[in-house]
Amino acid sequence: MLPSDLKPEQFNGYPPAARKLVTGYVGALQRSPLSFVPSLLREVIEYDFKFPPERKAIENELANLSSLSPEQMKEWFQEFAEIKVSTKLENVDWVNSPGLFVEQLSAHLWATRQLDAFRQAAMNYASRLQAVAAPEPPPVPRLGIAVIGQGADTHDEPLFRKLRAHGGYFSRVNPENGLEALLNAVAARAKAHPIPYGHWYIDGGREANHDPALTCVSYNALEPARAVLLRKMSGEIGKAGMGPEMLRTRLAQMRPADLGMGKAEDEVLDRFQVKLLTEGSGTQIFSTTFAQWAARETLRRAQPVTLLVRFAPRQRQRPMNELLSGLRPNADLDPAGSLVDADMGAYYTYLNQQRLSGAEKSSFLVWFEGHNEALAIGPAMPRGTESSSPTDLKQLLTWAI
Amino acid sequence: MASHFSSLSARARAAAATSGPRELARQLVCNRRDFLRNAAGLALGGAMLGPRAMARALAPRKKRKVVVITFGGGARDQETFAPEGQENIPHLMRELIPQSAFFTQLVNHGILGHYVATASLVTGVYETFNNFAAVPPEHPTVFEYFRKDLRRPSSDAWVVAPSNGFNRIGESNHPSYGGGLGATVILPKHLLSAAMSGATSDVDHLLRDNYETPFYAPELGGREFELQQLEMLLKLSVDDFKAHARTLSSPDELSVYIARQLMRQVAPSLLWITMHDIDIAHAGAYSLYIEGIRRTDRLCAELWQAIQTEPEYAGNTTLFILPDFGRDSDDDSGGNGFQHHRTGDVISRTTWMMALGAGVRPGVVFDRAMESTDLVPTIGSMLDFSASLAQGKPIPELL
Repeated sequence: MLPSDLKPEQFNGYPPAARKLVTGYVGALQRSPLSFVPSLLREVIEYDFKFPPERKAIENELANLSSLSPEQMKEWFQEFAEIKVSTKLENVDWVNSPGLFVEQLSAHLWATRQLDAFRQAAMNYASRLQAVAAPEPPPVPRLGIAVIGQGADTHDEPLFRKLRAHGGYFSRVNPENGLEALLNAVAARAKAHPIPYGHWYIDGGREANHDPALTCVSYNALEPARAVLLRKMSGEIGKAGMGPEMLRTRLAQMRPADLGMGKAEDEVLDRFQVKLLTEGSGTQIFSTTFAQWAARETLRRAQPVTLLVRFAPRQRQRPMNELLSGLRPNADLDPAGSLVDADMGAYYTYLNQQRLSGAEKSSFLVWFEGHNEALAIGPAMPRGTESSSPTDLKQLLTWAI
Repeated sequence: MASHFSSLSARARAAAATSGPRELARQLVCNRRDFLRNAAGLALGGAMLGPRAMARALAPRKKRKVVVITFGGGARDQETFAPEGQENIPHLMRELIPQSAFFTQLVNHGILGHYVATASLVTGVYETFNNFAAVPPEHPTVFEYFRKDLRRPSSDAWVVAPSNGFNRIGESNHPSYGGGLGATVILPKHLLSAAMSGATSDVDHLLRDNYETPFYAPELGGREFELQQLEMLLKLSVDDFKAHARTLSSPDELSVYIARQLMRQVAPSLLWITMHDIDIAHAGAYSLYIEGIRRTDRLCAELWQAIQTEPEYAGNTTLFILPDFGRDSDDDSGGNGFQHHRTGDVISRTTWMMALGAGVRPGVVFDRAMESTDLVPTIGSMLDFSASLAQGKPIPELL
């Protein structure tokens, strides 16, 4: 089937809000090429479970699509129209399974050496979209905080190497009650600027006491769900004919109830957490990977104005099958390696924050937990500087913001 | 507005708009070249003649050998050749690069999955089969060209591969080749598993497979290396093998141990060793990725040392070291930096190659773009066989 054959009733299987939204734009979708439409529908079909900024982006994109004249449609989608899609792909039920289509399209693009052309088409499309509907600036400048190195005594290499050029490094930070001070600061922002899913606390271990105004995700709280998931993965992989792609498809179909979740009455957050575990590679077994990926996905999807991510020591490397079996819940930890992981994770968190609107006014702080080293980045913070003057985290935040 | 094409970071868009992929590739190449010239004192080789005459003088053709190492699982410049990465590759920097011809721009236009990309390297054609399928390459492999054209026995072409998924890499299903003309493939982990008869608890760390899809281990088919050959060909008792394995720390160390044994006992003229430890990066732990790079760096030096000390190899062997491809850039929001190689961006496609030993002019950097598929025709020119169905072209700087 091609987009030109689309009919409103074909979206009857969509969740209510998504169905209501998309049926208003069937005409616009009919005029768009097959290499494009399913990737948009992949987002639309999840509309009911998206964070507010994601919903807004989908609405804007559909509205823009609908507003394009025939000439503009040609201009916007010429490159997509030139992508050759196989008959096999045309026959996929891409209306109801857009994710499956996109996965198969990706394999097709690689195999037919059209990936670069598709990539260029996508980049050009995104640039046009950005130009006609730039994202709104955040209501308050964003603040990102990374707390790294829990349990590590020292480090062999200098910390924050990739971030130093962007801000000020402080070597005499008073660590006393540091985490509490940071959590109080993000809670104060949450109360001062109440925004749904606007203020997050992610912990790679057991979450510390925190204000309920924060949206919290933690590795330890998800331990039961991770255990169920690992058991399911083991079961799936043992089935005849199972390969990595099939496994990925099965994981993508999992819902909160499949992992024993869904009791918190926040289906948006539950689904987000399930995706962290089913779409992230390594998030099921390494807490440092979980924390980094959770921060990345939170920034990309929820676009919060406040994010605190705290890394915890991950288990030591063991054979991958054993790690995935979950048979040794109290495995040895690797604090030194975890500090290296988290240092890179902090850098990635900063990069992901800077991809959002208002980057020029955003601030970022990274602290070696329980120690004297921190680095602050912000509009008022001189770049590439070092300070050995005594200070504390509260003071650093006031300088950075 | 965020588009549903999440691979498009603002920075990538800006880069594409102002510079384009070619410019990014050029910058990458310049960085590699300048760093190598500064750090290792290499000369720029654009105007130099190929070393064919030198190669002919060095070794009679009939004894010429080639060893290829794929630098396991893809590593980025910033963790290797960029200034901040050099601490991770001390052996390459101090020992190997000064003796090598270094090619700064080897581009892989194919599928960036390890098995299919390695198959593309081995055939000189961008193979398009499913990366996770246990299928042979569609086009003739370098081993088939070598054995058929030069009438070499099966003992003269070997592959040491890290993953059970690579068991079909040695021989294509091409109608004019295949059929027993390929290389013998050793899967050291498979061998160790068999040697341990299921009691693998103390060597489990050597048996981990395919980091991205760890459970996936296809049923072995094709031409397996049988356990009894451990003793017959490699002159290794099962007990000695098990005892030595217990002293090793990773699958790649096991591969190198087997490769060295193979060089000593069988001395194949064409030996292909595929490293894979670095691919632990897929689990997202940066420290383990760096550990993998440092280990691979050390193991490459050990193999070069072995080439120089084994009588069958010393003085007549050309060693190629190259990654199958890179990893995603930090700047591409569609990826997650070092963790994967899924975006197909310039950084993940543009890699490098070094050549050392017989027929190679040392201490030279070559900047021009070449393709991954050029390797097989180049080996063909060196060993006097024709890779007639390969897409690539022989690299003139090595002829």
